[in-house]
Amino acid sequence: MARNPQEAALALHRFGFGPRAGSIEEIAADPRGAVIAELDRPGAGQITNPDLPSSGAANRAVFEYNAERNANQKRTRRDAAQATMEAAPAKPEAVPLPRQLFRNEARARIDAALNAEIGLVERLVWFWSNHFCVNQEKTVMAGAYEREAIRPHVLGRFVDMLLAAEGHPAMLLYLDNAQSIGPNSIAGINRDKGLNENLAREILELHTLGVRTTYTQDDVTNFAKVLTGWTIRQTVSDPDHGGEFVYIKRAHEPGPQTVIGKDYDDTGTGQGRAVLADLARHPATAKHIATKLARHFVADDPPPPLVHRLTQCFLDTDGDLKEVTKVLVAAPEAWAPEQAKIKRPGEWIVTALRATGETGEIGRIIQAGNLLGEPLWRPPAPKGFSDENAAWLDGLAQRLDIANTFAHREGLAVEPAAVMDAALGPLASAETRRAVVGAESRPQAMTVLLMASEFQRR
Amino acid sequence: MSGDFHAPTRRELLVGSGVLFAWAAVPRLARAEGRDPRLLTIVLRGGLDGLAVVAPVGDPDWTTLRSEKSLTADGQTPALPLNGFFALNPAMPNLHRLYQAGQATIVHAVATPYRERSHFDGQDVLESGLTQPHASATGWLNRALSGLPAGRRGGESGVALAQNVPLVLRGPAAVASWSPSVLPDLDADTLQRIADRYASDPVLSHRLADAMVTDKLATEAQSKPMAASDGSMDGSDATTAAVRSTAARYTEQVKTAAGFLCREDGPSVAVFDTTGWDTHFNEGGGQGQLRGRLAVLDETLRTLKQNMGEAWPRTAVLLATEFGRTAAANGTRGTDHGTGTAAFLLGGAVAGGRVIADWPGLSGSALYQQRDLKPTLDIRSVLKSVLHDHLQVAKATLDAEVFPDSRNAQYLPNLLRA
Repeated sequence: MARNPQEAALALHRFGFGPRAGSIEEIAADPRGAVIAELDRPGAGQITNPDLPSSGAANRAVFEYNAERNANQKRTRRDAAQATMEAAPAKPEAVPLPRQLFRNEARARIDAALNAEIGLVERLVWFWSNHFCVNQEKTVMAGAYEREAIRPHVLGRFVDMLLAAEGHPAMLLYLDNAQSIGPNSIAGINRDKGLNENLAREILELHTLGVRTTYTQDDVTNFAKVLTGWTIRQTVSDPDHGGEFVYIKRAHEPGPQTVIGKDYDDTGTGQGRAVLADLARHPATAKHIATKLARHFVADDPPPPLVHRLTQCFLDTDGDLKEVTKVLVAAPEAWAPEQAKIKRPGEWIVTALRATGETGEIGRIIQAGNLLGEPLWRPPAPKGFSDENAAWLDGLAQRLDIANTFAHREGLAVEPAAVMDAALGPLASAETRRAVVGAESRPQAMTVLLMASEFQRR
Repeated sequence: MSGDFHAPTRRELLVGSGVLFAWAAVPRLARAEGRDPRLLTIVLRGGLDGLAVVAPVGDPDWTTLRSEKSLTADGQTPALPLNGFFALNPAMPNLHRLYQAGQATIVHAVATPYRERSHFDGQDVLESGLTQPHASATGWLNRALSGLPAGRRGGESGVALAQNVPLVLRGPAAVASWSPSVLPDLDADTLQRIADRYASDPVLSHRLADAMVTDKLATEAQSKPMAASDGSMDGSDATTAAVRSTAARYTEQVKTAAGFLCREDGPSVAVFDTTGWDTHFNEGGGQGQLRGRLAVLDETLRTLKQNMGEAWPRTAVLLATEFGRTAAANGTRGTDHGTGTAAFLLGGAVAGGRVIADWPGLSGSALYQQRDLKPTLDIRSVLKSVLHDHLQVAKATLDAEVFPDSRNAQYLPNLLRA
């Protein structure tokens, strides 16, 4: 087979996280085959790091940490009030545990993207994590959530990811279902509490059917009733299992419910699982997911025939996400030479690190994401970060500043022309080549390269 | 690496660069008529609970809907009286002062034409000015600017204080966006080389040029001495670290907005976003999470007025949200997505001191779908009137281009001072 370095470079940028040194050559014999092969690699998408705690363990550790810190502060105040002893010198505060957990999770995520051969599976993890987003500000479990609810299913069935995500403590906290109580349940009557319909609405609107499809306000309310009782164990009363999922029948709205024209008997969690299973298989869900996938990888306004084929595959395979991904990679529309999409900030940062062979300091990587408007696991709303070019274009000035800083820090040790060959290969236009080679300093050459249109787009 | 010699900063570069164009080449909006108005639009994202901000304390059904959390004129934290029937959340003393000084108008039981309950669709309708979501890629404020006669607007007459221009300000008229950058300046030569490289990528090229111009103006705006502000916040328990950092961000944004708007040659309109109004849980009234956020917003308004200085008398500020929230509290001491809500118009140019409301009542049958405050006023009535009376956009333009299908949204008289 003829070698095709042009298509290889395109594949790495469009479906992965950009080339590392030698990547273009490695897959030039069969770029499309190499992309597909990543999907069949055993353990693809999994992070096996024994140092990262489960979501429940993270939750309990932070609970204990906060309790201890509060006690220490109170003791210090009490001792100071007695004022009989000389004050002990204040110990310099170590990195607070919640931030340390966050940084460890972020590091593991970035490493997985840096170490991938092409990076399609990691791109899928980022895509699905954004589709089913939670917010770090509302739970310390955002990183563990991604490992537990998203990663195991990015090449599995949509229904399994849906069930894992909606039943995960991080999601139940983020969208308030942990506090939602059936108004006619025992707990609802005794405590005079009731529904919170936030999770039910966003599942229908954002996670499955899509907005303006087939559901009504009654469907939202009834579905919220179905999901009552799905909550979280409290660490204060359950030190061994706090922060884990629990179904509390006492808080579950009793009786059958009708959601989108279908009656669901009250079978406890089974009632919610049955609704979710039907939502996962709904044609509107298939179309919604197909559109979002095509928009992410191909174009803001994806070609309708491609969306149609992805939808059909989703329906034919009962939401087999590996098969859907294969249809996407096989699609001629996905290989158009024009780089129609602007890289999202995180994608651009990882591409730059891979191109230079740097691993980056995690604090700086997190900070760069913040400055570029894509703070890790802190989306502005349950809809997640936008996948349209317009949302990211305005941050170009911030990209300039970050490219400039990066180039001055890392750009002295590398040979810009070599980085350009490795990272863009045949994608580099003659003008970009001239600008990089003709730059008056290495940092300047690196800044020009990182900001080049071919490097900003995919 | 940089700093051993004086290279022009990217800001200085702009002045002489042929690639980039100056902001102020063209006469400003309406200056010929001696008005030179300024308009700041603040989008409240998340669905503001109008009832918890401007409470109908005179409505007999009010306290039963929110029980002990309802704002009352004589509660533990009494609401600030407005007109006998309505009272303002006690977290907003600055807005209350403006109201008493005749510089703030509250519009209640108001809504966009949108009647579903999706944030994102709701915001789309609020910002596009149309009746359906996703019907336009442009916003009403931008179309209003581009509808002004040539010569009455400059190269860029609007600025968004955001990383990204929100829909309301997107469209054919050239606008800019600005958000703070804490990194060192790029040297001029590198910037020029990148600008050259974008010759074949018009999208990136245009965006780069805009960013540079805006950055220059923002730098100037920030280096201008500002009116004194002690920056003190309400020290209640609700003022958590997160709230404080939000307050710091809003303060910086609003000062920068004021810096832009105060310039003789500055933009006529500015937009910025606030978030956090989606109070599904533990919303509270005189206490609770909403109170903390309102206190930050209120402080932001105070900072704005202070920093607008002499330009305040020709300034109008509009605050609007995508929808209101359920009239009754939900099961978790919060409220879910609803319909009718309140909007706010304030500033030295505003003929204020009143609440405009055709009050629908709060009894079960008076509620929209027996659930939400029923809207009795289309927010486009407010928007049209402000654009006409303040920015002097022609009614024909407003009715045809800016708010098509808004015939039923009548103009409101005398929103602004004559």
